[in-house]
Amino acid sequence: MSVMSRGTVRIATERCKGCELCIPACKPNVLRMSTARNGQGLAYPELLPGCTGCNACLLVCPDFCFEVYQFDEPVLHDVRTDVAVKETSR
Amino acid sequence: MSDASELQVLDTTNPPSQPAQQTGEFHPGLQLTTDHDLCPGCGEPIALRILLECIEELGLAERTIGVIGIGCYTALTSMIDVDLIQALHGRAPSVATGAKRMQPNNLLFTLQGDGDMVNEGLQEVLHTAARGERVTCILLNNGVFGETGGHMTSTTVLGQRTKNTIEGRDADYHGHPILITDLIAQLGGTGFAARGSVHDAASIGRTRRLVMRAFENQMRGDGFSFVEILTMCPTGWFIPTAEGPDYLNEVMAPIHRLGELKAGGVMVGTGANETLSSGAESKS
Amino acid sequence: MSRRLMEGSEAIAHAAIAANCRFFAGYPMTPFTELLENFAKHLPAQDGVCINAESEIEAIGMAWGAAATGARAATGSTGQGLALMQESLSEISRASVPLVIFNMARGQGDYYQATRGGGHGDYRLMVLAPVDAEEAVHLTQLAFHLADQWRHPVLVYGDYLLAHTSQAVEIAPENFAALPDKDWAVDGSLGGTGRSRNVNSIGMRKGEKGIDPEAFWGALQEKTERIAMTEMRFEAEGCEDAEIVIVAFGTLARFARYVVRELRAEGVRVGLFRPITLWPFPSEALAKATAGARRVAVLEQNAGQMIDDVRLSILGRVPVVSMGGISTDAAGFGIGPLLDVNVIRARVEGVLKEAAA
Repeated sequence: MSVMSRGTVRIATERCKGCELCIPACKPNVLRMSTARNGQGLAYPELLPGCTGCNACLLVCPDFCFEVYQFDEPVLHDVRTDVAVKETSR
Repeated sequence: MSDASELQVLDTTNPPSQPAQQTGEFHPGLQLTTDHDLCPGCGEPIALRILLECIEELGLAERTIGVIGIGCYTALTSMIDVDLIQALHGRAPSVATGAKRMQPNNLLFTLQGDGDMVNEGLQEVLHTAARGERVTCILLNNGVFGETGGHMTSTTVLGQRTKNTIEGRDADYHGHPILITDLIAQLGGTGFAARGSVHDAASIGRTRRLVMRAFENQMRGDGFSFVEILTMCPTGWFIPTAEGPDYLNEVMAPIHRLGELKAGGVMVGTGANETLSSGAESKS
Repeated sequence: MSRRLMEGSEAIAHAAIAANCRFFAGYPMTPFTELLENFAKHLPAQDGVCINAESEIEAIGMAWGAAATGARAATGSTGQGLALMQESLSEISRASVPLVIFNMARGQGDYYQATRGGGHGDYRLMVLAPVDAEEAVHLTQLAFHLADQWRHPVLVYGDYLLAHTSQAVEIAPENFAALPDKDWAVDGSLGGTGRSRNVNSIGMRKGEKGIDPEAFWGALQEKTERIAMTEMRFEAEGCEDAEIVIVAFGTLARFARYVVRELRAEGVRVGLFRPITLWPFPSEALAKATAGARRVAVLEQNAGQMIDDVRLSILGRVPVVSMGGISTDAAGFGIGPLLDVNVIRARVEGVLKEAAA
C-alpha cells in the first residue's frame, strides 16, 4: 500500500533531549521515538511516511529540533501492508 | 507490538530531495543559538520562540528593548538578538518604565516568571499597569520557582504538588493562588490582558496571536499590555516530561483561565464599559 | 540663570537639569521630598521626565532603565529609602550603569551606608558631600560627569539643612572633558544585527551560554581601584601648622570651618580637613595634612562612622579623637544641637586643653 506525505522535516537529533512532546503533537502520528540513542544518550524522534508539514512538532519542541517542509507535489511511499502504520513510542 | 523496524523510517538529516518549500525554520531569525540547558519538556523556550517571531513579524527588531527578570528563562537571554537590560527578581516593570519613557518609540517588553512577577514583583507589575505604562509585560507561569528547585509561588494552584507543598497546596496552610491576569485586567491603565499557554500546537498558535495583539496595543499607545503564558515545568511538577502538557491543561489552566480578559481597554464579555483612564483611543 | 536666593533642593534640581539630566524618579520622604517636587516642576519643561514612583525600589528601577538607554538619570531619597535601594545599587554598580543618587540624609548617620554600601557583593559607590548649596550645584554637575566617565553610580550626600536652607546661588552650566559615545547603551538599534546588547551585572554575553563572573567582577575591581586612585577631592584649611586638625564633611563642616576661622583669627592653630569625596576617601591627603598635628578631632553627627576612615588614613601616627556624636531634633531629622558654632567651638577648646595636658 502507499502512504502519501505532503511534507517532511529535518530533525536535529543531537539537540534532542528526549522529552517526547512532539510525539502526541503530531496529528498524523508519524513521529516515533528511536531505539537508537544520540550523543547525549537520549532517544530522538524518527519520521514515518504521512507527514503533512503542519509545523506542530516544530512549535512544541523546546529545543528547536525541527525544520519543516511542504512538498510541491505529494510524495508516495510504499509501505508493507502486514505492519501497522500507526505507531507510538510507548 | 509489531515489528517497528519494518516501517520505512525517512531521512531527516538532509533537506528533501523532492521539490519543497520550507515552511518552518529551526529557530527564529532573532534567535542566535539553539543550545540551552533548560529541562527536557520545558515550556519556556517555546514561549521564547513565540516572542521573537512576533517581534520579527512586526518588523520591530531594531526598535525593541527587552527587560528580563530572574528565573530559568534568564539563561535564554544569550540567544535573544534584541537589546536587553537584565533586571533584578521582580523589578523588570520599573526598569521597563524608565527605558520606555526615554525611548517612547521603542517596543518595550518584560519577560518574567511567576516567582519573579507575582511573588517578589507583585507591586511593580500592578503599579506599572495602573499607571497605564506603555510597555508589555510577559509572564511565564509554571506555578513554581523553577530555577531554585520547584517551590510554591503565588500562582501555584490548590492541590498542586511542589517541593514545599509536596502533599498539594492547601488553602488553610498555604493560602490561595493569585490570578494575576485577572487583577491586571481590572486596572484602568490596562489596555490588553490575556492568558495563553504552550501545551499544544493549537494553544501555541493562539498565544502567538495574543502576544501580537499585546504588542500592537503598545505600539498604538493604548496603555499597558499583558500576556500570561502558562508553561510546562515537568521537573518542578515531579511528573514525567511527556505528561507536562496534560498536567498544564488539567491542573493549571482551569484556574488560570485562558483567553483574552481585556482588549481595547474594555473587559471582555462583561459588557462593562471600563475605558482607559488615559483617554487614549481604543481600537480592538 | 542669574544668581538668586533658592533652597538647596531647588538648586540641586536646576544643577542636574543644567547637566542634561533627563530623568528623575523618587518617592516622597523628609527631607528629600522637595528635591522630588523641584524635579517634578522643572524637568518636564526641559524635555525630561519626572515620575512619582510608587516606592523607592521602583524609583531606582525606573532610573536604572532610563540610564541603561543612555539618558542621564537620577533618583534619591533619605537614608531609609536608600536602604531599600541597596540591592539595586549593587546591581547598577556591577552592571556599570551610570546613575546619580541623592541622599538627602537625616544627619550624618548614613556615612557607612553610602561608603561601604549595604548591598551585596563587591562594589563601591563614588560619594560626593557638598558643604553648602553653592558647592552642591557644582558637585551635582560633577556627579553626572563622573558617572558617565566611569560608567558608575555616584551618590551625592546631602542633608536636611542643605535641602531647606536658602542660599544665593548661580546655576552656571559647567563644561567638563568630552566623553565617548555611549555605544554600550541599549536603544534597541542593534536588534537583529547579531551584535545586540545586554546591560547586566554578571557578564552575560550574546551567543555564549556560560558566564565567567570571576573575570567580570575582577575587571570591575580594577576599575574601582582606578577610581580610588584618581578621584579623591578634599578641602584643607589651616592644616600646615595646626595643633588640632578637625575632620568634618557636609553641612557640619560649614559650621566647623566658621569655628576654625574664628579661632585662627585669635591666633589658635587649628585646621580643617574636609573630605569632599567620602569615597574614595582622601586618605593620603589627610595623612599629609595631619602629619604635624597633636590631635585629629573627628567632628561628625553620628555615633562614629567616618572616624574609621580617618583612623585608617592616619594609622596611629597621631591620636584620633571623636568630637562629634549623635545629635538630632525631636523628629530625628538631624537638626541637632551640634549644628552650632558655639557648641563646636567649646568642643574644640576641650580637645585643645586635653592635648596640652
